[in-house]
Amino acid sequence: MRIRALVLRIFQQLLRDKRTLAMLFLAPLLVLSLMYYLFNHTGNASDAKIGAVNLNPAIVELLKEKGMDITTYDQASKDVVVNDNLDAMMEWRDNTLHLILKNNDPSQSKALQMTVSQAVAGLADTAQKLGNPAAAPQITVKTDYVYGDADTTFFDTLSPILIGFFVFFFVFLISGIGLLRERTTGTLERLMSTPVRRGEVITGYLAGYGIFALLQTVIVVLFATLVLGIHLEGSLWLVLLTNILLAFVALSLGILLSTFAASEFQMVQFIPIVIIPQVFFAGIFPLNHMAEWIQIIARIMPLYYGADALKSVMYKGMGFGDIALDLVVLVCFAALFIGLNILALKKYRKL
Amino acid sequence: METTVSVEQVSRAFGKKTVLSGVSLHMEKGQIYGLIGPSGAGKTTLVKMMVGMDKPDQGTIEVLRTPMPSLSMLQQIGYMAQSDALYNELTGEENLRFFASMFKMGKTEQKQRIAYAAKLVNLTDELEKKVSAYSGGMKRRLSLAIALLHNPPILILDEPTVGIDPELRQSIWAELIRLKGTEQKTIIITTHVMDEAEKCDVLAMVREGRILASGTPLQLKQQYDAENLEDVFLRAGGKES
Repeated sequence: MRIRALVLRIFQQLLRDKRTLAMLFLAPLLVLSLMYYLFNHTGNASDAKIGAVNLNPAIVELLKEKGMDITTYDQASKDVVVNDNLDAMMEWRDNTLHLILKNNDPSQSKALQMTVSQAVAGLADTAQKLGNPAAAPQITVKTDYVYGDADTTFFDTLSPILIGFFVFFFVFLISGIGLLRERTTGTLERLMSTPVRRGEVITGYLAGYGIFALLQTVIVVLFATLVLGIHLEGSLWLVLLTNILLAFVALSLGILLSTFAASEFQMVQFIPIVIIPQVFFAGIFPLNHMAEWIQIIARIMPLYYGADALKSVMYKGMGFGDIALDLVVLVCFAALFIGLNILALKKYRKL
Repeated sequence: METTVSVEQVSRAFGKKTVLSGVSLHMEKGQIYGLIGPSGAGKTTLVKMMVGMDKPDQGTIEVLRTPMPSLSMLQQIGYMAQSDALYNELTGEENLRFFASMFKMGKTEQKQRIAYAAKLVNLTDELEKKVSAYSGGMKRRLSLAIALLHNPPILILDEPTVGIDPELRQSIWAELIRLKGTEQKTIIITTHVMDEAEKCDVLAMVREGRILASGTPLQLKQQYDAENLEDVFLRAGGKES
């Protein structure tokens, strides 16, 4: 009954605060979209400049059909690619198609590679249709890079972390400031002068803000996967589950840290201390080769586990069993913060 | 007379600063108690300990013979803090309903009590408005209404009439006097307005964490041979007016 009243009140407050609602639901989508287009504009290989050496005319024809600019060379090398400002070179040597990609723009390289493998497959197909499958050329493609390597685009690995981060950040901020306002206006103190239990207050807050966090999580995840088409190898449900746990950690952490802030300004000061480092330790930079103490720091950060789980599911296509440990750690973080929150309310009533 | 609130040798310090030392008070049913004293005298700290929001370092506080802090006693206490502590995004009625939900109260009782409390502070017609649109006085009144919602036998009001115009102040006092009379409530008020102190049945003068003097306004005036309470207060504090 009391919890229901608390939840209802939080709903009424938030639904009347249109700006905060927009921040909760639209801001993550906006920022995620911007990042997406920044990092992952669809590569276009149709106007690529390609140098060909000893290439099967059929392949050259196919590539020209795609609109590529093909120039014939005597010899293929990385220097030629750079000096003649080509996007790629192809050489037919020792029964292998050697592909040298400049890889200035990873997304273009990807598109190029795809076109080439399509062309090669088309060639095999044609041979098959001619009724001579044995003669179908067994073409292997060997790819070399001038810059960078075969790693997939940055955004592919970044997007799971970003999704987790946005959910974490916005839930943290809104719940933290929401509760802080209760502390500074004295409503929390007044609430504590009623026979409500501390556990009921925290449960009410978790449920009230939790429902909004849940909604936000669903919207962000669906937008990222369905609208932006961010790579999702594993189960959508696991992504949702991970993000929801992450949201609860953020929620309880936000509420907890608001205990230590005397104003909204001080609450915002927690962002560079508590939020930003988590982004860097969440896996944007691979941590396994770094100093041990850095890895230990990473392990006290909730986002590290959330991002690990999200990356495992979204990028590597892992299942529940693989991320179970991460999820357990997130549950422990949430439980710890919730417990501390209940204790912290003693500041307002010694009971 | 039945003692409802008793404070025994209570001391409280925050860090090195002693806020209250050896305060004893006994309050009876059907009376209005005034705690008067300058800002920073320790009135609010004392009041908060009666509500159970703070604990004395030494001494005991009992409300209705139950040692504080006690969760079940909070149902028996109506507390109005110094700050208005209202949810600005909500309407007056939503504020009342929310706080009413925190107390044990039936649905019909809740409705009746909200209507009663709103009428008492003259806000019945303003209940639909958001609190953010309320004036300072209206907020103070709504805050008072919340303290009265669950019909508590003990009312603890921390400076209840600050920012309320004289007319309404008078009507609130009339209601407080009715509450202590016909409903036999114990009402504890902190104030630094001397003419309000005059209306209390018993006064305790608080200064630097001690009770300087206590008694009925008349007793105090006689004891200190003073014309008015202001002089009593100054004389009790060791300063001649």
